[in-house]
Amino acid sequence: MSITTVMLCGVGGQGTILAADLLAKVAAASGLQVKLSEVHGMSQRGGSVDTVVKFGSEVFSPVTDPGMVDHLVAFELIEAMRRIHFVKPEGRLLVNPRAIQPLPVLTGDLSAPTGLTAILGDEGAIFIDADELACEAGSPKSANVVLMGALSYGLEFDTQLWRDVIAGRVPSKTIEDNLRAFELGRQACQRGECTL
Amino acid sequence: MSSTLLSGNEAVARGAWEAGARIGVGYPGTPSTETLQAFSAMPDVYAEWAPNEKVALEVAAGASFAGGRALVAMKHVGLNVAADPLFTLAYTGVRGGLVILVADDPGMHSSQNEQDSRNYAAFARVPMLEPSDSAEALAFTREAFTISEERDVPVLIRSTVRISHSKSLVTVGERVPSGAIGEYKSNPAKWVMMPAMAKARRLDLDRRISALAEFAETTPLNRAEYRSTAVGVVCSGVCYQHVREGVPDASTLKLGMTFPLPKNLLAEFARHVSVVHVVEEADDYLERSLRAMGVDVVPLAVPVAGELSPGLIRDAFGLPRPALREPDDSLPPRPPLMCAGCPHRPVFDALRKTRAVVTGDIGCYTLGALRPLSAMDSCVDMGASIGMAHGAALVGSIDDRPLVAVIGDSTFAHSGIGGLMNTVYNGGSGTILILDNRITAMTGHQGNPFNGITLQNRPAHEVELEALVRALGGSRVRVENPHDLAAVKAAIAEETASPELSVIIFRAPCALLVREKGDPYAVDDELCTKCGACIKLGCPAIGKEQLTSRAFIDVALCVGCGQCVQVCKYDAITHVGPACDFMGADTQ
Repeated sequence: MSITTVMLCGVGGQGTILAADLLAKVAAASGLQVKLSEVHGMSQRGGSVDTVVKFGSEVFSPVTDPGMVDHLVAFELIEAMRRIHFVKPEGRLLVNPRAIQPLPVLTGDLSAPTGLTAILGDEGAIFIDADELACEAGSPKSANVVLMGALSYGLEFDTQLWRDVIAGRVPSKTIEDNLRAFELGRQACQRGECTL
Repeated sequence: MSSTLLSGNEAVARGAWEAGARIGVGYPGTPSTETLQAFSAMPDVYAEWAPNEKVALEVAAGASFAGGRALVAMKHVGLNVAADPLFTLAYTGVRGGLVILVADDPGMHSSQNEQDSRNYAAFARVPMLEPSDSAEALAFTREAFTISEERDVPVLIRSTVRISHSKSLVTVGERVPSGAIGEYKSNPAKWVMMPAMAKARRLDLDRRISALAEFAETTPLNRAEYRSTAVGVVCSGVCYQHVREGVPDASTLKLGMTFPLPKNLLAEFARHVSVVHVVEEADDYLERSLRAMGVDVVPLAVPVAGELSPGLIRDAFGLPRPALREPDDSLPPRPPLMCAGCPHRPVFDALRKTRAVVTGDIGCYTLGALRPLSAMDSCVDMGASIGMAHGAALVGSIDDRPLVAVIGDSTFAHSGIGGLMNTVYNGGSGTILILDNRITAMTGHQGNPFNGITLQNRPAHEVELEALVRALGGSRVRVENPHDLAAVKAAIAEETASPELSVIIFRAPCALLVREKGDPYAVDDELCTKCGACIKLGCPAIGKEQLTSRAFIDVALCVGCGQCVQVCKYDAITHVGPACDFMGADTQ
């Protein structure tokens, strides 16, 4: 009984919930059991958030533990570092290298962490500049879909299935932008491209 | 019949609809909110937000009394508010099926406490079902309506955040027709709970619960699964899923019904395994109950507070876990914060500057307690700000500082009105700020009586806040725009100086309701004197440069609200162009 665990982490409001929903729908449409666990409410107001998607032939718990994540997709640099202990030694790490400084740093109460890209790079992180690729795709709000494109390259789901799920889930005016965003993310990962 | 991915909340809504529920009522509260929203979108139903959970349960009780099936949804602390009708509805029983979803929040992701609603089931003696995933959430809700009508009881469904906000595959079914409840006949012996009738209904409740305890022995809601005979685990809800993943060899007694408990089934399970453990979150409800029934439970060293996980359960069983890298505790924390452009921000900035003692309340604005705004001194429960401000004033002045209560529009509707009436009636003083952002924001934008938006967008009355305050006897009322910082400061200064009770309504829509964003601002490095006034607003778009200590504005996050422009004495904050240009990308 093998299951795959994906954790999406970032800052409340970055679209991790929608991205996780896309992944869960693709897994379900591929005939797998799937569970997705997210947190709403106060943390969605700019706090540190994560969403877990687990899929396989039989999935029990919707949550995960340190050392159990196969794919960590970080929408933000500091949040990548905060969750890195969740990743299995052989796990995959996709990181949007842009940092959104937490309020205690913005106010000068604490200093900004440094050297994160080097540490994450040593851990084998693949950096995907999702914000830039999203703007290139036509919508700065599609960074979450760029990252799903990057994730898709490491999963065995059919690309057309992803495209169908995206088209069925995002607002109709943004379908083309989101499909481009998905493609740009996938290509960036396919090239193994490090954008730093 | 088709398979679809639903959250636990959506599955409860679907189950209620399939069971023929026609009425849905609730008050939004994380993690329960989406239940009623999903129900309201079903065909041929009526759904409404009530101002609080007590009213919601009473509306549903009325629907049941009249023969309709009704769903009520609330978070765990909401059940405290609805406890009054709940305890007596156990006596009256129902006509139409009456099912109450209560969503607990172990881990306190978005709540002020971690109370375990299973205690309410035992306390009020109302049967409780606990689904462990979305498929069960749907099936158990259907079953709950059957139990309710067949056995003349309201039924509680207990969810937790990992049921409510987890999605899994569900096979949806058809809607059953609403059963024939029969012609209405006045039945005071059942419905008029004055002492003479209540005494008889109390004995009747005992009989109904005894019958349900027998039902619990045989219902498929409770299920013994035998694997290893060495270890057996009694569990319910999401803990069952954690146990199955964490200790897959253990036998499990999965309780889908956690009140009343199946005494014989538990004893039989205990006979089949060498050791019985209990795995549960929030409280030791099951462990205590099992011990009281004579089951010899061997305690497990699982954390008593917060959520469980498969790994934590493995730890308790002494099973190995992957070699761990330590979490990086040196990283700066990322607490939630008010959005860029939030109309609450200037109010807390002004309160900090006036050194007010602030009794706070529950909503996004509770974030005003955090640095750098640091302008809230208490937050206890919905509506507490007003009563606590009155009580604090009775003790006397605190260091000659002004005493201010802060409450949101929806929270005022929920439980603040009684507090204000009490302060007026008893001749209290002080200043009450009602932050009217035109929406119930924290739970994801629901309507409330003060914006007149109803759950199914029916035409509605908007209750006029200032007229209501005046009608209660609050004669000193003013309305201000919170984005006008000078007006905010002046209003707070004037009203806190007044010996009379005063109410200031700060009215401006939630930043997330404002679709048209203004052009972002930027800081002119030449003019910035590093005074830090804009930083103290705590806006996510404004920061202090680490090296120079000058302020900067993140154009991608700035919504152009202009609050910071008003605190800058040096005209160093000015407009720039739209966000994507700045990132050097082709925006087409």
